[in-house]
Amino acid sequence: MRPEWNNFHTGVWQKEINVRDFIQKNYTPYDGDDEFLAGPTQNTKDLWDQVMELSRQEREAGGVLDMDTKIISTITSHGPGYLDKDKETIVGFQTDKPFKRSLQPYGGIRMAVKACQDNGYEVDPEIVEFFTKHRKTHNAGVFDAYTPEMRACRSSHIITGLPDAYGRGRIIGDYRRVALYGVDRLIEDKIEQKNTTRTIMYSDVIREREELSEQIRALEELKELGKIYGFDISHPASDVKEAIQWTYFGYLAAVKEQNGAAMSLGRTSTFLDIYAERDLKSGKYTEEQIQEFVDHFVMKLRLVKFARTPEYNELFSGDPTWVTESIGGVGIDGRHMVTKMSFRYLHTLKNLGTAPEPNLTVLWSTKLPMNFKRFCAKTSIESSSIQYENDDLMRVTHGDDYAIACCVSSMRIGKEMQFFGARANLAKCLLYAINGGVDEITKKQVGPKYRPITSEYLDYDEVMDKYKDMMKWLAQVYVNALNIIHYNHDRYCYERLQMALHDKKVTRWFATGIAGLSVVADSLSAIKYAKVKTIRDENGIVVDYEVEGDFPKYGNNDDRVDSIASDLVHTFMNYVKGNHTYRGGIPTTSILTITSNVVYGKHTGSTPDGRKAGEAFAPGANPMHRRDTHGAVASLASVAKLPFKDAQDGISNTFSIIPGALGKDDQVFAGDLEVELDLDIDDTK
Amino acid sequence: MVGHIHSIESFGTVDGPGVRFVIFLKGCPMRCQYCHNPDTWEIGGGTEMTVEQIMEEFQRSKDFYTRGGITVTGGEPLVQMEFVTELFEEAHRRRIHTCLDTSGVTFRPDSPALLARFDRLLAVTDLVMLDIKHIDPQKHLAICGQPQDNILAFARYLDKCSIPVWIRHVVVPGLSDNEEDLYQLGRFIGTLRNVKALDVLPYHDMGKSKYHKLGIPYPLENVSPLSKEKAVWARTVIIRGMRDERKKAVSNASNLEQ
Repeated sequence: MRPEWNNFHTGVWQKEINVRDFIQKNYTPYDGDDEFLAGPTQNTKDLWDQVMELSRQEREAGGVLDMDTKIISTITSHGPGYLDKDKETIVGFQTDKPFKRSLQPYGGIRMAVKACQDNGYEVDPEIVEFFTKHRKTHNAGVFDAYTPEMRACRSSHIITGLPDAYGRGRIIGDYRRVALYGVDRLIEDKIEQKNTTRTIMYSDVIREREELSEQIRALEELKELGKIYGFDISHPASDVKEAIQWTYFGYLAAVKEQNGAAMSLGRTSTFLDIYAERDLKSGKYTEEQIQEFVDHFVMKLRLVKFARTPEYNELFSGDPTWVTESIGGVGIDGRHMVTKMSFRYLHTLKNLGTAPEPNLTVLWSTKLPMNFKRFCAKTSIESSSIQYENDDLMRVTHGDDYAIACCVSSMRIGKEMQFFGARANLAKCLLYAINGGVDEITKKQVGPKYRPITSEYLDYDEVMDKYKDMMKWLAQVYVNALNIIHYNHDRYCYERLQMALHDKKVTRWFATGIAGLSVVADSLSAIKYAKVKTIRDENGIVVDYEVEGDFPKYGNNDDRVDSIASDLVHTFMNYVKGNHTYRGGIPTTSILTITSNVVYGKHTGSTPDGRKAGEAFAPGANPMHRRDTHGAVASLASVAKLPFKDAQDGISNTFSIIPGALGKDDQVFAGDLEVELDLDIDDTK
Repeated sequence: MVGHIHSIESFGTVDGPGVRFVIFLKGCPMRCQYCHNPDTWEIGGGTEMTVEQIMEEFQRSKDFYTRGGITVTGGEPLVQMEFVTELFEEAHRRRIHTCLDTSGVTFRPDSPALLARFDRLLAVTDLVMLDIKHIDPQKHLAICGQPQDNILAFARYLDKCSIPVWIRHVVVPGLSDNEEDLYQLGRFIGTLRNVKALDVLPYHDMGKSKYHKLGIPYPLENVSPLSKEKAVWARTVIIRGMRDERKKAVSNASNLEQ
C-alpha cells in the first residue's frame, strides 16, 4: 500500500479510480452537535480583512479591480499569486494576483473583448487578431452553423441564455481524485484508456483519442501548476492539508481554463473528513488547524472571478460563479453521510461571515442526524446562505456520490456530465400560439405561420391545441440549436481538465429548461375557468388580455390548476425527447430560473393571466408573486406536484421567510418548563 | 355540520408544536384591547365549511404535518364548540394531533350539561393553548371586557383532567407588564401540574391597520410594541413565581412526610 494511504481501509478503490468506494470504506458518520467547532484564527481574520479591503476597492472601481488583457489563461499561464504567503495555508489564484480576472477567449473572442471594454480595459490587438483570423472560437463555430430560424428565436428571446458566446459550465471534475491518487496515477489511467480505444477510425473514435490526448496534456499541466506553487502533486496527498490543497489545485486548473456559466466543486467535505479524522487521531493537526485549512479553502472559492459583461450580470442578477458544494445526504447502505467536515464547511459562514459563494448545498434527507439538522437550521437563520436539495428524491436515480452543478443539476461525480441548455420561454410560446408565430413585441414572424386565434374570447381547447403545436416547434428549434452549441463547444472550447477527472465512459445529460411555468399555468387556468378577452392592435395581433372573473391560481394546492402545470412539463419534455440529441445525450429539463426570471419577463408581452407586458416572471417553479394566498405549505405543495421524472435536471422554488415566522424564539418561549424551572438543582442547595 | 371559517393558514409555525394546519374560526365574545384579529369577532359569516371539506384540504398536504397537526384558533373557537368537537373527533380517528387555542371564556364550572360537552371535546384534544389575559380580576375585566373566574376555573379543570396545556400571556406596556402581577400569574401557573410550556407574547401593533380598515377605533393607539428585552424579563418574572410556588409545594409535601 502507498504510504499516503496508511491506516485507510483497503478496497477496490486502490485498484481502480473509485473515490466513492474509498469514501464508503473509510468515512466516519458524525451524530454529535456543533460544540467541537473552532473559530477563526488570527491569520484567518487578517486574510479576510485583506479580502474585504480588496472587495471595497473593487466596488469603488466599478466592479472590476484588474483584468488580464495580454496573457491567455491556461492551467500554467501565470506565476503564483498570494494574499499574504506567510498566512495562507491553502494557496492559488486564477492569475498572478487576487482580484485580477483572467482572459479566456476560447468561448468567444467578442465576448472576451466586450467584457474588457465594458470594464475599461482593452484586449491586446494581437490576441484579438489571432482569435479572429487564425483560431476559431466556440462562438464563431456556433454562428457558422445556426439557421436563420434559430437566430430569430434567439433575438426574440423565446429561447434565451443559450451558451453560444460563453462557456457552458455545468461540468464537475472529480477534483478529489487529484488528492486520493496523485496526478501520475490519473495519467497512467488515461494512457491506458487511450491505448484501449477501438481501432477503426471513424469520427467518434478519432474524437475520443484526440480528447484523451488533450486530457493527458491537461493533467501534465496540472502537475506543473502544483510546482508553480511549490508542491509536487504527482503523488497522493498525505494529510488533510495536502488533500484540500490537491483538491483545490484540480478545481483551480478548471477555472483557469473555463469561464463556465457554473463551475461547481462537487462533494468534497465527507471525502476530506477521512483525512481530517486520520490526522486528528494521530495528533498531526488540531481541530483549530483543520478549521483554518477549511476557512482558507473556502476563502479561495469565494474569490473565484471571471471577466463578464454587464449583460451577463444583468441576466444572472449579479456575478455568480456557482461554486456549488454538496454536503450531507444519505448513503445507499442507509448510513447518513454527515461528517465533522460537513459542519466545518457550514461553519465558514460564521468564521468568514455570510456569502453566496461557494454555494453550500445541503443534500437534505429526513434521515440526517438531528444535531446536523439543528445546526443547518441555526446557520440558515443566521446567514440565509444555505441551499437545500432533496436527497431522498435524487438518491434514487443518482446514488450517493452525486453532486449539484449550478443550483439544481445533479450528476454522479466523474461519471456523468451535463450539456447545459439554458431555457425556452413557454410563456412567450403561448403568445406565439395565439398570434400564429408572430412575436407580440417586435411583430415579426418568428415562429411558423400557423393559423392564429381570431376569436375575441379565448377558448381553452382551441388554445391548447395550438399551444401544443407551437411547443413542438419550439422544442425542435431549441434542441437543434443546442446540438450546434455543444458540438462546437466540444470542438473549440473543450473542458479537457474537467473531463480528465471523469471516467472514460461518461453519461451525458442533455439539459433543457423551462421559463415562465407559473405564468402559463395561470394563463391556461384563466382561459379555462374565467373569461379571457383579447385586445388587438391595428394589425390584429393580440397585445393584451382582459380577464373577467376569478380562476384557480397555481400555488394554492388546487388540483384544477396544478394539474395544468404538471401536464405542461410532461408535454414539453415529450416534445424535447422527440428530437435527436448530440453525442447520445439523455434529455432532461429543469425549471430553475432563479434570477433570470426578471429578464425573461422583460422580453415577454402581456399574458392571459393578467400579467402585464414586461413584468417579471416568478423565479423557477415558484407561483406568481402574491397569487399564492393559502400559506407556504399550500404553495410548496403545488410545486411538489411537478413530476420530477420529467424535470430531472431540477425544480427550484425560491422561498423567503422572516425568521420569526418559522417558529418561536426560545428567549421568550419556554418549551421545556421542567428544565426551565430547575427544581431539582434548587432543592439540593 | 358546518363551521364558520375566517381563514386557513397552511404553514402555522407559532401555534403549537411542529408545522400546523391552522384554522381561524369566526366569532369571539371577548374584546381584548390588543386583539390583532378584530375581523374574526363577528359571530357567524365567513366561509362555511364542513368537517369533511377541512379534512380533505388537510389531507392534501398531510406530509408537511407529520410532526405537527391541526390547531383551531380564532376568534374564540369555543363559540363553535360542537363544530370543533366534531372536527377533532374526525382528526383523532385519523391520528392527527389536535390543539385548541382558547381563552376558555365560555367555561362554566357549575353547569353539568356544559361540562359534559367540554368533556367530549377534551377527550379528543391533545393540547390546549390557554390564554390568560391577566391575573388581577379588575385589570382582566378592563383588558377584555369579561370576568376572569371562569377562565381560571377552566385552567384548574384542565389540570384535573390532565390535559397538556401551554399558557400564553400577552404582555402589553402599561396594561400587563407590572412585575407583581406577572409574579402572581407565575404563582397561579405554578399550582397547575399540566403546564408544558409558557409562551410570553410581546404586544405588537400589527393589527392596527385592520381596525382602521374596519372603522373601529384602536384602543391602544398610543401604546408602543413591547421590546424583546422586556418580554424576556417578563418571562423570567413569571417563571420565578412558578418556581416559588412549586418549591412551596415540594417543601409542604416533605413536611407532611416528616
